[in-house]
Amino acid sequence: LFRFTVKRPFSTSHSSVDSKEMKKFQLLAHKWWDEEGEYAALHSMNDIRVPFIRDTLLSMSSNYHLGNPLSGIKILDIGCGGGLLSEPLGRLGASVTGIDPVEDNIRTADQHKSFDPVLAKRIQYKSSSLEEIVEESMETFDVIVASEVVEHVADLEMFIKCCSQVLKPEGSLFITTINRTQLSYVLGIVVAEKIMGIVPEGTHEWEKFVPPEELERLLESNGFSVKTVAGMLYNPLSGSWSWMESTSLNYAVHAVKVGTRGQACPTDAPSETGIQQRSATAGTA
Amino acid sequence: SSAAMAALRGRALLVPFGARLRAGPRAPLRSAASSPPLYDVVVSGGGMVGSAMAAVLGHDIHFHDKKIALLEAGPRKEYDHMPDSYSNRVSSISPGSATLLSSCGAWDHVCSLRLKPFRRMQVWDACSEAMIVFEKDDLDDMGYIVENDVIMSALTKQLDAVADRVEVFYRSRAVGYTWPLPSYSCDTRPWVQVELADGRRLQTKLLIGADGHNSVVRKEAEIRNIEHQYDQSAVVATLHLSEATDNNVAWQRFLPTGPIALLPLSDTASSLVWSTSHDHALELLTIDEEGFVDSINSAFWSNINHSDFIDTAGAMFRSAISLLKPSGTAVRQLPPSVAKVEPESRAMFPLGMGHATEYVQHRVALIGDAAHRVHPLAGQGVNLGFGDIACLAHHLSAAAFNGSDLGSLKHLLKFETERQRHNVSLIAATDVLKRLYSTTLAPLVLLRTWGLQATNALPPVKVRI
Repeated sequence: LFRFTVKRPFSTSHSSVDSKEMKKFQLLAHKWWDEEGEYAALHSMNDIRVPFIRDTLLSMSSNYHLGNPLSGIKILDIGCGGGLLSEPLGRLGASVTGIDPVEDNIRTADQHKSFDPVLAKRIQYKSSSLEEIVEESMETFDVIVASEVVEHVADLEMFIKCCSQVLKPEGSLFITTINRTQLSYVLGIVVAEKIMGIVPEGTHEWEKFVPPEELERLLESNGFSVKTVAGMLYNPLSGSWSWMESTSLNYAVHAVKVGTRGQACPTDAPSETGIQQRSATAGTA
Repeated sequence: SSAAMAALRGRALLVPFGARLRAGPRAPLRSAASSPPLYDVVVSGGGMVGSAMAAVLGHDIHFHDKKIALLEAGPRKEYDHMPDSYSNRVSSISPGSATLLSSCGAWDHVCSLRLKPFRRMQVWDACSEAMIVFEKDDLDDMGYIVENDVIMSALTKQLDAVADRVEVFYRSRAVGYTWPLPSYSCDTRPWVQVELADGRRLQTKLLIGADGHNSVVRKEAEIRNIEHQYDQSAVVATLHLSEATDNNVAWQRFLPTGPIALLPLSDTASSLVWSTSHDHALELLTIDEEGFVDSINSAFWSNINHSDFIDTAGAMFRSAISLLKPSGTAVRQLPPSVAKVEPESRAMFPLGMGHATEYVQHRVALIGDAAHRVHPLAGQGVNLGFGDIACLAHHLSAAAFNGSDLGSLKHLLKFETERQRHNVSLIAATDVLKRLYSTTLAPLVLLRTWGLQATNALPPVKVRI
C-alpha cells in the first residue's frame, strides 16, 4: 500500500513544536496544490472523506438544501496544511476555521483561497496549535475534523480533551488516521519509505500510529460517543481511495460529543461523564 | 520547470497528464478591487447545445448557489409567436435527447409548440433493392422531428426561469481567452479569463466551449482537430406532400451522389435534407420550384441506377436469408410523393467531418460540434451534443456536491473518456457509411447491399443503431 501522509509536528504538550519537523514542511509548503505531486494521495482522499463528512452531517440534520448542504455549520479543521480539506468543506457552505502550526502552510492556504471571493469569506486560517485556541473558542464549533493528524500527536488524550472543549455539545468529531499493525509497518513504512521511496524516510513513526481500539477507548472515556469506524484503502495504481471492512491500515472515525447543550464542560471529571453516557458503538471493525 | 518549457514551445503536447495543464499567456495578477466578475461556469456559444448545457446546469440542484454565464454572439430571439410555415432547419431528436430536455423542463414547451414523432425509419439504396427498416418493437416513438427554432424557444424559456443563476449575455462574442497556469503556481489568478468584443471581461472556474465546428475555444486552447471537408453540401427545404398521410416514417435513400432524406413534419409536410455534390446542390437551389420537386420525386422513385447483376445477386441473398430467418425481411413501404416546395425555404450548407483529439483541458471542456462534427446521414449530430451534455452535467453535479473545484481535470477526464468511447465509433461508422455509399462500383454496391440486408435481418445490430 502506498500511503503518503503529511507529518504535522503536532505537540499538545506546552513545549514548542519540533523545529526540525517544521523545516521539512516549510520546504514542501508550495507543493500542496499540485494534484499530481507529493500530496496527490491527500487530494484524492477528498473523494471519500468529503462525502463521509457531508453525508454523516446531512443524516443528522433535517434542515438543509442540497445546493448548499453544510450551510450554517462551523467547522474546525485541525492540521489543515495547505487547505486541501478546508476548501471543499467551504464550497459546500460551511464556515471553516483552519489551524496549522506551520506558518508557511497557512500562508499557502490563505493565498490559494484568496482568488475565490466566496471561499475567502467562508474560510479563516490561523497559524496556531490546538491548545492555543482553546481559551477563546470554548464550545464554538459544530464540527471538528482532524484528518491525518492524530498519528503525529504526542499526547493523544490531551488532544481529545481539547477537541471536546472547543466542540459544542452533540457536535461531531471526524478523524482519519493510520492503524498500528504489522501490515501498516510493512506497507506504510518499509515499502512506502524504504523501498519505493515515495514517502521521505523518517516521516512516519510507526510507534505513533493509533489502533482504532485505543482511539475509541480514549474518545469514549473523554465524553465522546463513537458512532462509526470504517477502514480505508489506497490503490497506488489508480491513485484512488475506497472504503473497506478492515481497519488494519487506514481508517476513519466519527464520534459525537455527549451531553446536552448548556451542560458544564467536562474537563474536571472526564471519566465520570464517560461512564454515565457510554452508549453502544456502531462501528465496523 | 515543465510549465515554462511548454510556454516556450507554445503548444500543449498530447501525451502526459501534466501537459493538459496549459501554460499559455499568464493570467495577470490584479488587485481584488479591479477583478472581473468570477463565474463558476461560462458556456461559450448559445446555440441548441450551449443553451441546453446552461439550462441543465441551471436546473441542477447542486448548482443552486452557483453562478453560470452563457455567451451568445447573436441577439436574443423572441419566439412568442411560431410562424405557420415550418422552418427549414430541423433536427431528429432521439428519445435520450428528449429525456435530457425534459430534465430541465424544456421538453414540455417543445410538445406544446410543435413536433412530429416518427415510428419507423426506412433506409434503402438507389443501386439495388436492399433496404433496412428500423422500428421499435414496443409502440414507443423512435424519435421526433423538431424545428431548431422550437428547441431554442423552449430552452430560452427555461433559461429565463433560472435567471437568478444563469446570466445570458447576448450580442457578446468572446474574442480572447487567457489560460491559467496549473493551480499550484500560487501567485497568478487561477481562473480562465474571457475577453468580450466590447472590452468587458469575465473570469471562470470552468469554460465550456459549445461554439460550433469552428470553435474558437478549441482553437485558442490549441486542441488538435482532425477534420475533413466532404465534397458535399446539404440542401434543405420544407416540402408539401401530394396527399395527406400518417407520415410517421423517416425516409432515407442512398443515391450515388449522396443520401436524400425526407423527415416528417406533419401529415402534409416534410423536411428535406439532401446531401449531394456542391454543383448539384447549387443547381437544386437555382432551378425553378417545379424542377426541384421533380428532382426529389425522381430521386426517391427512380430505379435508373439499378443493374441486373446487382438486382439478381440481391434477390438471391434475400432468399437465402428468408430460408434461415423467415422474418428477416420487412415489408417495403412506399415513400410519399412531393407536390410542392414551400417558397423561400431552400437553402444549402457545406458538410464536413471533425473530431477533437481532446475534449478537455484544465478548466476547459468542449461539447457538441466544437468537439465532433458528423455527416447528417445518421441523423445524429445534435443528439451527440445532447449526450455530451447529459454526461458532463452528471460529472459536474457530482463534483459540485463533493465541494470539488469545477475546473479540475479529474472529473473532466471521466467525461472525456466516456464520450470519446461513445462518439468515436459512431463518427467513424458514419464516415465509412458515407464513403461506402458514394459509389456505383458493383463490388462495393454488392457489399453494402448484402450488408444492409444482413443488418436488416439481425435484430441486435439494429437495436444498437
